[in-house]
Amino acid sequence: MADNDSHRKLRIHALRYNPAKAGDTPRIQTYELEEAPGMTLFIALSEIREKQDPSLQFDFVCRAGICGSCGMMINGRPGLACRTVTKDLEADISLAPLPVFELIGDLSVNSGKWMRGMSEKLETWVHAQEKAIDLKRIEEPMDPALAEAVYELDRCIECGCCVASCGTARMRQDFVGAVGLNKIARFRLDPRDKRADADFYELVGDDNGVFGCMSLLACHDVCPKNLPLQTQIAFLRRKMVVQGTQG
Amino acid sequence: MKIVYTDVLVIGGGLAGLRLAIGAKRRGHDALILSLVPAKRSHSKAAQGGMQASLGNVIKGQGDTEDVHFEDTVRGSDWGADQEVVRMFVNTAPKAVRELAAWGVPWSRVRKGDRDVIMNGQKVTITERDEAHGLIAQRDFGGTKKWRTCYAADGTGHSMINTVADQAIADSIPVHERKEALALIHDGSRCYGAVVRDLVSGEVSAYVATATAVCTGGAGRIYRNTTNAVICEGIGHALALETGVSALGNMEAVQFHPTGIFPAGILVTEGCRGDGGLLKDVDGHRFMPDYEPEKKELASRDVVSRRMEEHIKKGKGHKSRFGEHIWLDITQLGEKHIHTNLREVWDICHYFLGVDPVKDMIPVRPAQHYTMGGVRTDPSGQSPTLKGLFSAGEAACWDMHGFNRLGGNSVAETVVAGMIVGETVADYCDSLSNTPTVPIGLVREFVEREQAKLEAFTKGGGTEDASAIKGEMQDLMTAKVGIFRTGKDLEEAVDKLQKLLVRSRRIGLRSPQLGANPELVTAYRVQRMLRIALTVAYGAAVRTESRGAHFREDFPRRNDAEWLKRTLATWKGESDTLPTLAYEPLDVARMELPPGWRGYGAKDYIDHPDTPERQKAVEAIRAQHASDRFAMQKALMPYEHLLPEVLRGRNERIDERF
Repeated sequence: MADNDSHRKLRIHALRYNPAKAGDTPRIQTYELEEAPGMTLFIALSEIREKQDPSLQFDFVCRAGICGSCGMMINGRPGLACRTVTKDLEADISLAPLPVFELIGDLSVNSGKWMRGMSEKLETWVHAQEKAIDLKRIEEPMDPALAEAVYELDRCIECGCCVASCGTARMRQDFVGAVGLNKIARFRLDPRDKRADADFYELVGDDNGVFGCMSLLACHDVCPKNLPLQTQIAFLRRKMVVQGTQG
Repeated sequence: MKIVYTDVLVIGGGLAGLRLAIGAKRRGHDALILSLVPAKRSHSKAAQGGMQASLGNVIKGQGDTEDVHFEDTVRGSDWGADQEVVRMFVNTAPKAVRELAAWGVPWSRVRKGDRDVIMNGQKVTITERDEAHGLIAQRDFGGTKKWRTCYAADGTGHSMINTVADQAIADSIPVHERKEALALIHDGSRCYGAVVRDLVSGEVSAYVATATAVCTGGAGRIYRNTTNAVICEGIGHALALETGVSALGNMEAVQFHPTGIFPAGILVTEGCRGDGGLLKDVDGHRFMPDYEPEKKELASRDVVSRRMEEHIKKGKGHKSRFGEHIWLDITQLGEKHIHTNLREVWDICHYFLGVDPVKDMIPVRPAQHYTMGGVRTDPSGQSPTLKGLFSAGEAACWDMHGFNRLGGNSVAETVVAGMIVGETVADYCDSLSNTPTVPIGLVREFVEREQAKLEAFTKGGGTEDASAIKGEMQDLMTAKVGIFRTGKDLEEAVDKLQKLLVRSRRIGLRSPQLGANPELVTAYRVQRMLRIALTVAYGAAVRTESRGAHFREDFPRRNDAEWLKRTLATWKGESDTLPTLAYEPLDVARMELPPGWRGYGAKDYIDHPDTPERQKAVEAIRAQHASDRFAMQKALMPYEHLLPEVLRGRNERIDERF
């Protein structure tokens, strides 16, 4: 928000392609606009759609960096467009949709569908012993530090940046990605989930799970929530090796 | 014509819709959710600070009960709320928190022993009880007598919707993402589902259901300056309104949150103030105690927002190139607290402002935040005027918030209403007599009508620009229908909004295709948003009193004698440019808590003629049952019969063991 009265001319080079339109081919389209103080890519793209090109497709929901809708390739690196401030970038900005996910059009991808598939496959919910809970009674206590540690891993916003940056995900269509492995780490840590390592091994003990990871760890570098993906994946791999060899 | 059949059609994939669908599904009815976006990206996610439930685990919450929560909520509502509904809510909220705990929400927990907290600007040491160790913790929030707000750091809504959405996946509930309801299918007395557009392919189809539930959240985007996500455009409100039969209640009641970051309007949680953050002016002076000696920064949101604007008007705002603002100072909370309990706040300040809140103050100014009004339902969540239509959450007006909602009562409401209305919907579907004979001709008529409307945009040769009209509406709402309102401004707003509505009938598109087309979406939504904006502005113009968040400078007093009543707006004819208003009186004689002073804000109000008599009766009942709070409550205002049987019953606490 530094005061600066001479506004730059930004040139946004966006990948355009509508797979639903017969004969459409991918191309780069350049939009010029004047930078405003405090401008984010959310503000810039909204202005382009309002004033220059109403057909440009992209996804924003919260515009506050918490919902994970606006993951895209920003100058070749996956990130959240809504909280990317233009003053941190050169005047030429290239935008492309996240790879790996099904393309809806232009900068919009169907990461929701991918995430639902991952959740169904990995059963990303607490597996309790008994279904019926007596809601009138005092809740089960939980160690405060453990609750904080579970929250830490629960901060994932399913934006897909880790998947888009993943070498394995490019090669293996069914790889669960850092997002999936982190979820397993989260439920493994949660004492309310009664699954044992033998159960988790069934879910991620193969090349589409934790053994598919090549430890390139771009996921860790690009995660907008700074989740400890490197340590979680390494830790989970060790536990799954133990389970696979001794379990 | 493509028709999808289901038992329960839930429009909206936020917390209310998800929990409602889970409830119906577990009772054996197929539920299907329509959502503009993947469910976990709904605006429920943005709730940061927490969820109120009177668990009373922390020492500063000791002595908290449903009774205290009830009174705080009714006072917060400025006596606009339906007190029976508030009772249903406060009794279910502890059950909701405990259900979510069992489902996996990582609630922050109590640590026994001493800890330092900031209260009223001072460091204080408090001691948590041994028996509370590991139970769900509560923090302080505005307008509450006890620390009651349960939280998961400051990502409470995030963790709640992660858990509930995953539970919906576990229950195999389909979520049809990127689908938008364009109209409710109805014959004037009963609802049969909705006409639905696929936002990717543009395909229009019909979803036919026994029960249809509107759970679409708020309408913040009718304002320029709002904390709401870009999808919160009040479309669910409009779907109900456009039936001409279903009414919207109290749409003029719009909440402005004190701490939107300036100028972007992104929310930083009330937890900042609850945990000890202070509001300061241009001189670094903490000004809230000057206005509100009792509750200071933690008066209700409507009061704090007005005081901030009042202080800015006195020339005490900090002037920046974007305009004036107030400072929120949380530096005294310390690095560890901010990085543990307010980390989303840190993220937002860091990325959007380039400010480190550990060291620097945060520029804030009130921004539109919550829509108290909504689809009018009875206490069970069903529309009294359109059979088969239900509503829950922010989209609904059952009406637990009246004219101002307390912080922490919104995510609490989403889940509680989802639990209650989910049971109502299941009961409804259980009854064979409610299974509709589907009038396919009517369904087709509705689908074709919506298709014709879409084609009018793409082929009608209109010349008006949808984005421009939307922008003008948002500017008008923020300038004229904001925190401080006057008859003159409101009349001007109504007049100009009507003209915009007329202009919106001549919208044309630069990019006129029927498939994926963001411009077409703006075009059909802006007409609906204008109807909602008009309902807000017109309701505000007619209500010549001040109540809760509705503040009239020309009528600054709450006037129970004339205005202790709920506004009901309907939209009678397609070509109308104004809603039709009717009023539903609130019955003082049945109130558990008769109208009085809220404990903060203005002290003068005009009494309802029935209040003194009811007050006397209430005092007599209280005296008679002084030793048993449950018997007292029952004698004052029985409500338990309104709750589904599975949700009845007392709540256990450390100090109220079973």
